Amino acid sequence: MDRREFIKVSGVTAAAATVPSIFLSGCSTQPNPGEGEVTATPTVCDICFWKCAGHVYVEDSVPWKIIGNDEDLHSNGRLCTRGTGGLGAYQDKDRLKMPLVRTVGPNGQQIFREASWDEALDIIAKRMQKIADEHGADRVALLNHGAGASHFKNLLRGYGSATFSAPSYAQCRGPREVAFQLTYGEGVGSPDRTDMEHSRCIVLIGSHIGENLHNGQVQTLTRALENGVSLITVDPRFSVAASKSQHWLPIRPGTDVALLLAWMNVLISEGLYDKAYVEQYAMGFEQLAAHVRQFPPEWAYLQTGLEPELIRETAREMAKNAPATLVHPGRHTTWYGDDTQRERAIAILNTLLGSWGRPGGFYIQEKVKLPNYPLPDYPKPKSTFKVAHGDDYPFATQPVSNAVIDASIGDDAHYKGWLVYGTNLPMTIPGVRPKLRQAADSLDLIVVIDTMPAEVTGYADVILPECTYLERYDELRNAAEREPSLALRMPAFKPRHDSKPGWWIAKQLGERLGLQKYFPWNDYSEVLDWQLKQVGSSLDEMQQIGVKNFPRKTPKYFQAGEARRFNTPSGKIELYSQRLADRGFDPLPVYKRPPERPDNYYHLNYGRMPAHTFSRTTNNPLLFQLAPENTLWINSLVARQWKLKTGDSVRMQNQDGIVSKSIRVRVTERIGPDSVFMAHGFGHSAKQLRLTNGLGADDSALMTNVLIDPIMGATGMRGNFVTFVKNSEQEHA
Amino acid sequence: MTIRYAMVIDTRTCIGCGDCVVACKTENKTPVGLNRDWVVEATRGKWPNVRTEFRSERCNHCSNATCVTLCPTGASHYWRDTNIVLVEANKCTGCKACIAACPYDARLIMHPDGYIDKCTFCHHRVERGDDPACVSSCPTQCMHFGILDDAGSKVSQLLKTRNYKALMTETGNEPNVYYLT
Repeated sequence: MDRREFIKVSGVTAAAATVPSIFLSGCSTQPNPGEGEVTATPTVCDICFWKCAGHVYVEDSVPWKIIGNDEDLHSNGRLCTRGTGGLGAYQDKDRLKMPLVRTVGPNGQQIFREASWDEALDIIAKRMQKIADEHGADRVALLNHGAGASHFKNLLRGYGSATFSAPSYAQCRGPREVAFQLTYGEGVGSPDRTDMEHSRCIVLIGSHIGENLHNGQVQTLTRALENGVSLITVDPRFSVAASKSQHWLPIRPGTDVALLLAWMNVLISEGLYDKAYVEQYAMGFEQLAAHVRQFPPEWAYLQTGLEPELIRETAREMAKNAPATLVHPGRHTTWYGDDTQRERAIAILNTLLGSWGRPGGFYIQEKVKLPNYPLPDYPKPKSTFKVAHGDDYPFATQPVSNAVIDASIGDDAHYKGWLVYGTNLPMTIPGVRPKLRQAADSLDLIVVIDTMPAEVTGYADVILPECTYLERYDELRNAAEREPSLALRMPAFKPRHDSKPGWWIAKQLGERLGLQKYFPWNDYSEVLDWQLKQVGSSLDEMQQIGVKNFPRKTPKYFQAGEARRFNTPSGKIELYSQRLADRGFDPLPVYKRPPERPDNYYHLNYGRMPAHTFSRTTNNPLLFQLAPENTLWINSLVARQWKLKTGDSVRMQNQDGIVSKSIRVRVTERIGPDSVFMAHGFGHSAKQLRLTNGLGADDSALMTNVLIDPIMGATGMRGNFVTFVKNSEQEHA
Repeated sequence: MTIRYAMVIDTRTCIGCGDCVVACKTENKTPVGLNRDWVVEATRGKWPNVRTEFRSERCNHCSNATCVTLCPTGASHYWRDTNIVLVEANKCTGCKACIAACPYDARLIMHPDGYIDKCTFCHHRVERGDDPACVSSCPTQCMHFGILDDAGSKVSQLLKTRNYKALMTETGNEPNVYYLT
């Protein structure tokens, strides 16, 4: 067995693919880049939710490059791989080009035909009006991701709906937000309020920063590494972060709560916790101490497979560096259905370390007090999103997308129409495909608004092509951050084809629905200019500078010994949650064994790769060149057992008999023999995505065992197991 | 050669994200499928005793560059009085002697316009006092660029204070891309 892997992971994917068509000598020398006429236009990246600010460079009227804005706190002038490749979104040949309307073709099959904007918008407005008349306007939901959704929220608020559901809640960071709200009275937010650049110890639990390229997270973790931070990474896989760590804890999948309880046990039993902080700010310590007394490292060893001494040593390491110790709450936190409780354990552990509100832990965010453009009051919707949840998920603060979909199935379903903005539902919500088909049968209207075709567009009645972020204005970026700051997204190019900006689409629909009073302007730039003038800037100024930072007005951290009231019922940090107890949930986190792994099956572990954002960028022609497909990581022992080698094609079959698309094997020692790992976002089946269609496999298709968090409705995705079907066997079968 | 430019890359902070590859691609407008730099992942050991190193690799702009020596037409040459190795497209016949001569596979197979293309250390930016595109875009700031013979430069300081290696020094090519370990 070769003990050394040597794999070029990027940059050479197609090195031999391009053969020169002409074999010439004496061709002309190329001019150097930047010698022509160069212009730069401010933008805010839309390739992921981090929303870094930058400039779009054009040379001699040809799009050239996108570079981070030096004044921008999200990027510090350095975009990530995907943001640098953002021009690919504009250049993509497979973009949606004009409105499409579902119709019946000559052979009776359903097809899409091209339509004018007027026709497409008329169809939508007519059906929305009909839904409002027959059922009520509250029956239309927005399923959305990204900043551009704000225009459609304005439209639906005016129309009379209040269901705006982002899969980023129940499929990603919702449990974390709820757990921190229950504990501290406020969430972590985005950008995450982690103060890593000042941390002396950072604990990452299944959070593979560096493979997820949340720019500010990567940059501040790197600063911490340069400062010699003690990095403790808990991950069944040897992630990139694990490779930078002093301590890597290759935990048995799904047993994180056991480890967290044992760490609390050590901190309390050895008297290492921040007594003054806990006494001043927290309630419920006695109950917590009595609870975790039951869970010493020896107990956790049996669950996690981690040596008791390693658990003690790392707990002491955390305490030694406290309060500049950050137990990172992670971002994609929907794993095993007990996710709010796991995040509660993380929140509580941070309290014991005194890191909330302290340098090196969690800072206090501040944003610009930016007035909204004056609009008339919205009508009060007849119902709230809670209708979709029924008696379930009492602590959900936002509508759970999977519940909205459930409430859209059947003749008596609550929801009658959807606007789907910027989210590819089939590859976003686990196990949702059969339900999407049922919902599509039931709903009176599905509108998909996006820049690209994808699997979700196949469910639409009407598809509206939005122009990319490089061709439009959107709302100002006003994120709560280290410093208050505003950033402008503006058009660097004219919209290609017949695509239109989201604000224009929403306004057009509004006017057709008699809601023009919510769009009292001709161009969205008027809204931006008005807002900017309220805070001493202007659109003119922002078009020059792109980013404007404002001084903080409040402290970034708790002041020494200051009295604080937290936004919880007790006014304290709630280690013990009476609110959870009142609803019949565990008031303190309790460990639950994860599902057992069947023989010859492997944990399906999934994550990100730095070149891509979910399934949204795999067709981006620049990023495609870097990473055209995902691979399936397997350990060498597994490879030997199944006679697989790197480069072989396999299909996976999950515990429910679902078979994946083909994926290439990567044999690696970076994963243990009980798991496989793959990056999310590949395995497209939409033929219109001509680059990426058919390449790699889709993890979400294998997630048929969805573990719902009863506290807030998140869809746990890690209870799935796979075995292998070799491609030859598959063909014989 | 009076000025030696060096690139110093910190493998402790490099995460292998490939931003350097995309930044080079857009800055230098390289054709589809051809990249002047790339990322290598090297993993050693057996699970769970594993070490992984990421390296952003490219032309080493060797002080004793065999590609320059072996180029029959003089197309491969040193830029001005530096170690930056360039190819003059006008003089390149596409004979591929440089590809054979380069120990680092740093020569692109063939630009569609019919010449051998490669990393230029972004000499058009260096000329203006800017870092190469890969260095200036790297989100981790693990890449550093500067003049090796200037004892006060960041690259010199890093090589003075940190452990480092260069690749295939045994070839005698005297590479100028260094990896901090």
